[in-house]
Amino acid sequence: MTSDSHLEKMLEQGEFAVTSECGPPRGADAEVIKKKGALLKGTVDAINVTDNQTSVVRMSSFSSCVLLTQIGLEATLQMVTRDRNRIAIQSDILGAAALGINNILCLSGDHQKFGDHSTAKNVYDIDSIHLIQTVKHMRDEGKFLGGEELKGIPKLFIGAAANPFADPFESRVVRLAKKVAAGVQFIQTQCIFNLERFAEWMEQVRDRGLHEKVHILGGVTPMKSVGMANYMKNMVPGMDVPDALIARIKGVEKDKRAEEGVKIAVETIQQLKEMEGVHGVHIMAIEWEEMVPRIAEEAGLLPRPQIA
Amino acid sequence: MRLSYPTSIKIVKLPCTGKIDVLYLLKAFQSGADGVYVAGCMEGDCHYLTGNLRAKKRVEYTQKILDEVGVGGERLAMYNMSAAQGARFVEVAQEMTEKIKELGPSPIKKQKSEISKQESEVKGQKTEVV
Amino acid sequence: MVIGEGKPIKEILAMIEDRSKILLAGCRGCVTVCCAGGEKEVGILSSAISLARQNQGKALEIKEVTLERQCDPEYLEEIRSIVDDYEAILSIACGAGVQFLAETYRTTPIYPGINTNFIGVTQEQGVWAERCQSCGDCKLHLTGGICPITRCAKSLLNGPCGGSSTGKCEVDPETDCGWQMIYDRFKELGCLEQLEVIIPITDWTTSRDGGPRKIVREDLKL
Repeated sequence: MTSDSHLEKMLEQGEFAVTSECGPPRGADAEVIKKKGALLKGTVDAINVTDNQTSVVRMSSFSSCVLLTQIGLEATLQMVTRDRNRIAIQSDILGAAALGINNILCLSGDHQKFGDHSTAKNVYDIDSIHLIQTVKHMRDEGKFLGGEELKGIPKLFIGAAANPFADPFESRVVRLAKKVAAGVQFIQTQCIFNLERFAEWMEQVRDRGLHEKVHILGGVTPMKSVGMANYMKNMVPGMDVPDALIARIKGVEKDKRAEEGVKIAVETIQQLKEMEGVHGVHIMAIEWEEMVPRIAEEAGLLPRPQIA
Repeated sequence: MRLSYPTSIKIVKLPCTGKIDVLYLLKAFQSGADGVYVAGCMEGDCHYLTGNLRAKKRVEYTQKILDEVGVGGERLAMYNMSAAQGARFVEVAQEMTEKIKELGPSPIKKQKSEISKQESEVKGQKTEVV
Repeated sequence: MVIGEGKPIKEILAMIEDRSKILLAGCRGCVTVCCAGGEKEVGILSSAISLARQNQGKALEIKEVTLERQCDPEYLEEIRSIVDDYEAILSIACGAGVQFLAETYRTTPIYPGINTNFIGVTQEQGVWAERCQSCGDCKLHLTGGICPITRCAKSLLNGPCGGSSTGKCEVDPETDCGWQMIYDRFKELGCLEQLEVIIPITDWTTSRDGGPRKIVREDLKL
């Protein structure tokens, strides 16, 4: 064990892990995060908090993770390299560990053009692969990037994202391999709607033996409506939503479509459980966090196993 | 053809409208023109192939400048006609003249009398076109 | 070359509002090639400003001059004898030229007539695109001749990110994804295995982040 992470324990124990995420509020109300966290208690092994996702300013992932930790939940700090340089990053890594946060997801971050402060300067001092290396270096070598020794090892379970659906397809596994070489321990993928393509990617992953070096959690998002499906298909880069899926949702009466979306999510999870090398699922119920317990239940993921 | 066109028009001849420069058009207005139009061959019939297409782009660019400086891009226009279309030439001449009459004198003329100095060196070009 | 674009005329007019006699200085260097500040552009800008000022009823005398370059001290001397006859200089050279004029003619206000945008190339007539961010530590040999700092919106050294879609950057459907281009180039060069190499963290001290930069060649100094 490299950290005190509950998620790490579950994965090392060989359990099919379940994680989910919370979007923090666009204000200083701590109750919002606490309420969202409470909805997920007992359902998941760790909760991600997004970091100014799509460059829209929200309460920081760091503070939200602290709030979740304070109410007894396992938090995963999402950290993007868009907004802070290596000085702030290393500083936050120390702070997160000091406050009992056990997991970190290393990301580059959406470009600020998407958000509400597009005139800001972006940082990108280091990229997500460097960030993985940084956490590992601090944890395993006990040193800062500059070479000086640090006193008080930050024990964090290192994660990153992977997108099997972005281009160029052939390079996606290479990028995963690079992240593994950098020291990543768990991966959460972009939401999977095209299981065929995902299976293709997993085959490439297994060919390289990467499934034995990193824990892959497949991303699953329930579709609420045809509108949402179309939006994700056309407006979100790196997203693959097959026409057959949209047709399936459309084929159902309007008031039953959300239900169909949940059904599809559950089916997806069941299929992921059968895939060699997939060690868990990351349920991203965008603006629908209350559905997560139900999806987990119907997919046979509850109750969550106890730590041996 | 012995057709007559308004006398308020001064013609500047060029071998092809592709020779038009943004500067010639601006200088014309500086020298007191109330309106300027560029008469080029029909699109697709340019002897030099794309001269009139380039002229069109430069006219559009100049119209933007004229808007920005308060003279008004509507005082500049481009028309296409073949050398054989004498009647069309007259038609365009009359149309443009009417339009400019309606717009009135160039806005800079009202101010010109208040200006005592010459603004810039006009290097002896025959750009007095109306 | 350095590439810039003329500032909106309104902005320029605001700068020279209280002036009645200015020197408009162009440059035969980079800004001529990108059609922003050469002799031709001096003529056009002079004409446009004159029309605008005539319209406002405020006299303005403009002396047009185009220097060989505004980034070498010898060429700036060209105007020494006339500079005191004018209230200000409106320069349409790049930011370096504007500043050099300001350093050389310390009692004359200097105004920038163009925005200096980037170091780049002429893709085709009328189209200029950025290629270099002058990081001071060129890594082009590691990325197939395509700069990840400039051509990737996130300056990733180990891209592409998850937002790369059909060869385009998530930031703009018209912008090519830098890492897709690097990938394609590696393929063309037959060295796709280079994509597996982790390019280490950048030392930004050689770029703007390290502070204003200077190069001194003792062997060339007189």
